[in-house]
Amino acid sequence: MLVAWYVLSANQIISPTRFPAPREVWEALRQIAVTGYADARLHGHILHSVKLVLMGFAVAVATGVPLGLAMGWSRRTEALVNPAFLLIRPIPPLAWIPLAIVWLGLGDAAKVLVIWFAAFVPSVINSYAGVRAIEPHMLEAARMLGIGRWTLVREVLVPGAAPMIFTGLRLSLQACWTTLVAGELIGAAAGLGRVLSQGALDIFPAMILVGMVGVAFAGGVMTWALGWVELRAMPWRR
Amino acid sequence: MSLRLLSAIGLGAFFGLWTLIALSGLVQPQFLPTPSAVAQEFFRLMREPFVGYTLQTHLASSLGRFAMGFGLAVAIGVPLGLAMGWFRTLDAIVTPLFDALRFVAPIAWVPFAALWFGTGIGGPVLVIFTGAFPPCVINAYRGAKFVEPRFIEAARMLGAGNVRMVTEVLLPASVPSIVAGLRISAGLGWQSLIGAELIVASSGIGYLMVKGQSNISTAIVMSGMIAIGIVGVAIDVALRALQARIERHRH
Repeated sequence: MLVAWYVLSANQIISPTRFPAPREVWEALRQIAVTGYADARLHGHILHSVKLVLMGFAVAVATGVPLGLAMGWSRRTEALVNPAFLLIRPIPPLAWIPLAIVWLGLGDAAKVLVIWFAAFVPSVINSYAGVRAIEPHMLEAARMLGIGRWTLVREVLVPGAAPMIFTGLRLSLQACWTTLVAGELIGAAAGLGRVLSQGALDIFPAMILVGMVGVAFAGGVMTWALGWVELRAMPWRR
Repeated sequence: MSLRLLSAIGLGAFFGLWTLIALSGLVQPQFLPTPSAVAQEFFRLMREPFVGYTLQTHLASSLGRFAMGFGLAVAIGVPLGLAMGWFRTLDAIVTPLFDALRFVAPIAWVPFAALWFGTGIGGPVLVIFTGAFPPCVINAYRGAKFVEPRFIEAARMLGAGNVRMVTEVLLPASVPSIVAGLRISAGLGWQSLIGAELIVASSGIGYLMVKGQSNISTAIVMSGMIAIGIVGVAIDVALRALQARIERHRH
């Protein structure tokens, strides 16, 4: 593939205004890493994007997982919350972007809000499913032993639901990342999406490609980091 | 207290709080209209055109793009996945490339999509395609990989060649996995479409929302969200019906 790319672009079979040659990509990468592009250098854009994702993701996990656990544990909470939740659930995260912009403008706050929405739904659903998947006799046994409410949550519910919770977190993280890139493409002062949209405005295919590689790289690293946390959090699954 | 009553209270509280905040004057109606105002706007958009078309026409053009992108993803992805499940060399060539591309969020294709195919139909279709393609490939591949070996041996004994093996053994055996993949793929494709239309498009439901956003009309934006939600559910229900039908057919 790499050889084909080099040969095709060297012979102008692929027009350079459509897809960049390897050399141009290397130069674009050097430009953004050394002198900067779209008001920041590459690591600045990446860190900015990653910071926003982690903020929104953390808020979503902090709100979504407890809500999901509560819904899975108590039928009453489920009955109370579920109908409103079902109304919101089919709306894809990206569709919240215009609303967030109307409410909060093009700044970071709007992005964190949208990322929160994006990660909230999978966090809730999977934590809920996780609690429901705990075998009832585990709960009965715990209750027979007469352990307290909080001990039950800490020792039985959370570990029992943990595999599903982590599945939810992985889905959430992916949704966060996609949503953030879309949000930044629509309008942002910094971030990888900004690099992409500026590259599109300047018709600078090499820089677009660099931006895409950045998106893939940062997304991959975050997914990997979450996998690492998952292994640490559930040592019994190794 | 019965659970049903609690559900009613929950819903009531959701809409009640919303109405209360909207009516309290703390936020301007432009930013937070009441639920009934949103409903009115929704029906008004269905009658009167906004930025050129009525809500239904916007939806129809979105659905047209979706059908093209999704159709292409299925038409290319499923055969590719099946072939990768059968031909080892193809698997070895395509998998690394595919894994690398999968990490690129579909939305990140928007600039190239616009550059290559413009912002009318081609660009958004490419974005939908990149969203819908991976689940098609992965599920067809998994389906083909996990076909019971005795089927393959039996077919081989009967003298099936490579092509017949793929079309007559692997394909039927992988149908459940493929259909499950189609549901994921349609969901992702529909999402990517909205993203693409928010960024580059001149019609469609995402475009309607962007225009609502620049007019600072929350009611229009929310109407768009409702329409997107309804269509998303409708697509999933249709595919689920297909899935149920295939399951029944097999048993």
